[in-house]
Amino acid sequence: MTLDAADRQLIDSYQRNLPVCERPYEEIARSLGLTEAEVIHRLSALQEKQVLSRVGPVFEHSQAGASLLAAVAAPEAQMDLVAARINRAPGVNHNYAREHTYNLWFVMTAPDHELLDEHLDELEHELRLPMLRLPMVEGYHIDLGFDIDWEALS
Amino acid sequence: MSTSTSLSDTETQNGFVMTERDRELILATQAGLPLVSDPWAELGKKLNMDADEVLSRFQALQDAGVIRRVAAVPDHYRLGYRYNGMTVWDIVDDRVAELGAAIGELPFVSHCYRRPRHLPYWSFNLFAMVHGTTREEVEDKAAQIRAVLGDACRQNTILYSSAILKKTGLRLRK
Repeated sequence: MTLDAADRQLIDSYQRNLPVCERPYEEIARSLGLTEAEVIHRLSALQEKQVLSRVGPVFEHSQAGASLLAAVAAPEAQMDLVAARINRAPGVNHNYAREHTYNLWFVMTAPDHELLDEHLDELEHELRLPMLRLPMVEGYHIDLGFDIDWEALS
Repeated sequence: MSTSTSLSDTETQNGFVMTERDRELILATQAGLPLVSDPWAELGKKLNMDADEVLSRFQALQDAGVIRRVAAVPDHYRLGYRYNGMTVWDIVDDRVAELGAAIGELPFVSHCYRRPRHLPYWSFNLFAMVHGTTREEVEDKAAQIRAVLGDACRQNTILYSSAILKKTGLRLRK
């Protein structure tokens, strides 16, 4: 994936905070010395290439509802099946396979804690696997990204 | 201003009353903002609101903390960070808050959370996410975390995601 200097600068400058104002892309253009059309074109292209997963809001589920990180230890041979079942469960928005006895890690969200517990109980029952429930007790650095090391990537 | 709220209104933890129109706006923007000169007017067409209402509701959601940030969100995997390591640490309870804050400050840590133990199955109470182009890079970053933690860390491990996900096509992000 080769990105030119302007693309890199767009990511470096706006991966944490984008201006929320009447003409956000014009504002970005002004500060980077590009035209608004160029900013829009570059962001669209980066999104198309999936270098950017999106340009937009990141929601805080604990404010708008409830969410929880959970893990199960699926038998190796059943991993695909178990993963598919987890994905079908209501409100699951992340699901990663990881190299560990607890090999499937997912985040479930729901409008409130009661509903979340209910959905987790149902899924646990369906999977017949004990589920590790790991609510966030305290956040020290919450998804603000990190500085991209372009040199290491090239 | 009326103090009554409709049945569908819900109050967030910090007292912001979210209406059905806010929820529609969340649904319309969760996959991203329109990449056009006036994104608020574009959203307004879909939501049957004028551009000013869209923008002011959006700002209110941001002020209330329902929107954590607005950003060009990179896909680190697509960028070339093939190794995503969830580093997990077993930290003495009375030092975890102080050390968690220190680890969260490290420039290469993308998330850092305290979570409960589930003994005897799970003894790690601090999670820090790190990314690398190689396993060695992730391990080097984990070693830097370890150095900050010192004696307060009783044990630790790294749970890698990328290798398995790639092989089995299990990249299940929705």
